[in-house]
Amino acid sequence: MSTEEAGLVKIALVSCGSEYAGVQPEFEEAAAKVNAKFVYPEIDIASIETIGRDFGLEVASGDLRLMMARAKAVVEGTTNVDGVFITTCFRCAEGAIVRNEVRRYIHRHSNIPVISYSFTESTSAGTLLTRLEALTTVVRRRHLLTRETQAGLTAGIDSGSTTTKAVVMRDNKIIGMGWVPTTKVLESAEEAYSIALKEAGVSREEIQALGTTGYGRFLIGNSFKAQLVQEEITVNSKGAVYLADRQRGPATVIDIGGMDNKAISVEDGIPGMFTMGGICAGASGRFFEMIAKRLGVDITELGALAVKGMHENVSMNSYCIVFGTQSLVNSLAKGATPEDVAAAACYSVVEQIYEQQLQEVDVKEPLILVGGSSLIAGVPKALGELLKIDVLVPENSHMIGAVGAALLASGFVEE
Amino acid sequence: MAKVFIYPINSLILADLVERFGHEPLTMMSQIREKVTSLSLDSPPLNITPEDPKLGLKYAAIEVPAGVRGRMSLIGPLIEQTEAAIIVENPPTDFGCVGCDRTNELTKYLVRSKGVPVLEVKYPESDEEARDFVNKIAAFLESLPEGKPEKGEQAKEEKPVEEEGKK
Repeated sequence: MSTEEAGLVKIALVSCGSEYAGVQPEFEEAAAKVNAKFVYPEIDIASIETIGRDFGLEVASGDLRLMMARAKAVVEGTTNVDGVFITTCFRCAEGAIVRNEVRRYIHRHSNIPVISYSFTESTSAGTLLTRLEALTTVVRRRHLLTRETQAGLTAGIDSGSTTTKAVVMRDNKIIGMGWVPTTKVLESAEEAYSIALKEAGVSREEIQALGTTGYGRFLIGNSFKAQLVQEEITVNSKGAVYLADRQRGPATVIDIGGMDNKAISVEDGIPGMFTMGGICAGASGRFFEMIAKRLGVDITELGALAVKGMHENVSMNSYCIVFGTQSLVNSLAKGATPEDVAAAACYSVVEQIYEQQLQEVDVKEPLILVGGSSLIAGVPKALGELLKIDVLVPENSHMIGAVGAALLASGFVEE
Repeated sequence: MAKVFIYPINSLILADLVERFGHEPLTMMSQIREKVTSLSLDSPPLNITPEDPKLGLKYAAIEVPAGVRGRMSLIGPLIEQTEAAIIVENPPTDFGCVGCDRTNELTKYLVRSKGVPVLEVKYPESDEEARDFVNKIAAFLESLPEGKPEKGEQAKEEKPVEEEGKK
């Protein structure tokens, strides 16, 4: 497995428009950073004329037909790849239809991990890095991701955009936790880690392996000499199914973070399809913070307030955090109750997640809601109402990143 | 000699036909070649940067996908030079193909609305249709005015003669 670990990952690039949008060099840069290489499955040009009927989806654009032909080549094994990256122009309806159906087609007919993304000319290598890191991790570290129990004495630090979380685990139990607002990345990590170590009653030297995740993972991982430095897609999905005790079979993880959110389709604890949001912070924890501040309540009280309210009484669209706040001000000016406003805020956020992200992920029960926003009681309630399914919020749902990192780091204890 | 826009814009056959009748074909290949040369980069086939979709805003609004605008940053300037155009409908992919049909729709619209002579012909399905196809294009090209070659065109025009001589 060590050669696989270090080896080049071959990713089929199934795309339309990336060259003409000028973002192809960004794609290549992101791939190079995770030691991956894009390959372009070779197809017979004559098949472009017939692929629409073969695939069942007839579209006008030649490059979209090329995408279907390439997906077929991947599924049929005429091109040997480790993963697939499907991407089309943002705002192209025809492209979005093909992107989704090609993703579903590959997922249905193979076990090859797939990610999809719609780009603009502003898409940067940094935006793609986490996604490609997750894709290559699923390929390289599948053995690590199959781990279901934590062993030894390990720790995990999750450096998020808003809060930094740390846990210490011993023999499959959480024995210490720290949760602080993120200010300076290293200092916040130090503080959260120290709190967790103190609660656990162990010293830093006793920790057998440390894992880091989140936005600050590289900086912290380097400074704290972590054994595992891992992006949050794989770590959070692992932490979510572990905490929810749903490690076998399908699950869907929704993580509403401080500045973005993720929807991940998981099978036996390993992420399959996933999307990361982030067009506007209107669908994130930051929006809840603004709502709580405007209502004059602590963020921890917002959930209880929302549960008592009726979202139908207030019209709110949090697609943009500025317009969302404007809706809030207008509603209060018209005499809306704080309870109804809080409920509307929760509904607006989950509605946006539904509209923006769950369209690209096949929702399979159980639906596990995690991240700091899952603690706001109105959020799982609104999500359950919208999707008409029970939403599972595991204990310590805000700590999934740190727990996932500690769990996966224990793989290095035995190694 | 007229500057003739061709659709599909990367059709080698159409470009050849236009050249044979003494006109200048406006093709995607020439745009790409020019771009690579002007940027002094050696990483073909394309050196489009994120700036190009912004240049494409001249032809398509911001809500139009970046891939369309990037293509229009190359095709748009050709349409501006266009003095005549040949549009082939329903061509197979190997006759020439721009991968994005939204770009094709916009391209054809801009050419048609420019007010220059436009020949629209269907791609031939049989030998007889093929002869008719070539004859129509030939008649169209012959009907175009013969102007003076632009500066630097003289050398270009002499080159095929030299090549023929070598054969």
